[in-house]
Amino acid sequence: MTKKYEVGINSAWCKGCSLCIGVCPKNVLELSERVKAVPARVSDCVGCRQCENICPDLAITIKEVE
Amino acid sequence: MPGTEVLSWLRTRFMPHIWCPGCGHGVIMHALVRALVNLGKDRAQTVVASGIGCSSRMAGYINACTVHSTHGRSLAFATGIKLHKPELTVVDVMGDGDCSAIGGNHFIHACRRNIDITAIIMNNNIYGMTGGQASPTTPVGAWASTTPYGAVDPSFDLCKLAEGAGASYVARTTIANPKQAENCIMNAIRKKGFSVVEVVTHCHTQFGRKNNRRQPIDNYNFFKEATVPLAKANEMKPEELVGKLVCGEFVNKDVPEYTEQYGKVIEAARRGC
Repeated sequence: MTKKYEVGINSAWCKGCSLCIGVCPKNVLELSERVKAVPARVSDCVGCRQCENICPDLAITIKEVE
Repeated sequence: MPGTEVLSWLRTRFMPHIWCPGCGHGVIMHALVRALVNLGKDRAQTVVASGIGCSSRMAGYINACTVHSTHGRSLAFATGIKLHKPELTVVDVMGDGDCSAIGGNHFIHACRRNIDITAIIMNNNIYGMTGGQASPTTPVGAWASTTPYGAVDPSFDLCKLAEGAGASYVARTTIANPKQAENCIMNAIRKKGFSVVEVVTHCHTQFGRKNNRRQPIDNYNFFKEATVPLAKANEMKPEELVGKLVCGEFVNKDVPEYTEQYGKVIEAARRGC
């Protein structure tokens, strides 16, 4: 069974730099109209946490869903 | 993370931080906090010292014992703190200009003395806060506001400088590999002696904008392509390594540490011999 992940984004801290969108291997994230990162395709997330580690604003949290 | 443990190390009331969107300093701050959490450090026993510059704002965001000191002299402050209380974990965060230009003398003598401080150098090739002037690490040919026709003077290799000055741990990593940065910082904090971690980062606002790396992700991709692991670099010719970033642990040696040696001097003096 494949694992499921939850992509939490603190939009108050996100500045819309798009680094997370560039590093995501599964193209999970995209920019919203308000220039904030939003998880558009959460079901594709493989939990590599590259976006979490690269986020300069510490706005992304990846959690495994039980 | 940033789980509750990472967030407990941050002064969240000051967030979102002052750095530009996509600034690599935030990536380094996250790596540093993760390293401190992984090592199980106590916030009351950890000191983060910084000088002046964009990089030095980091001390304001980390919720430990912090000191925001004068330009280039953060190592002098950190040395004083460490000598007074050798049991503390002292981390010194510096920019490239802070470390190698204004504080160059403090840096080489801290390396020579081999005092147990971890120096994290955020090398963004430029003085970002003051308007993009050329720093000692600006690559030859790169645009800076004081070198509009390209920098002509050769740049510093901070790792070789630290190695030559006698640091006991020297490593280089980039923000394109935050996990390696975290591991290098962890090893550096564990090391008894002066440890230098050069984290190559970007200033897309002042440097990248004029050097064909306008977006943060362009800088990320540039670092990813330019990075050469140390083991591979040893097999390559010097002309192949031009413009590349050799990353890895350059030095990891055990040499007598300053506070221990100084403690012995104090004991000997008290005994009166």
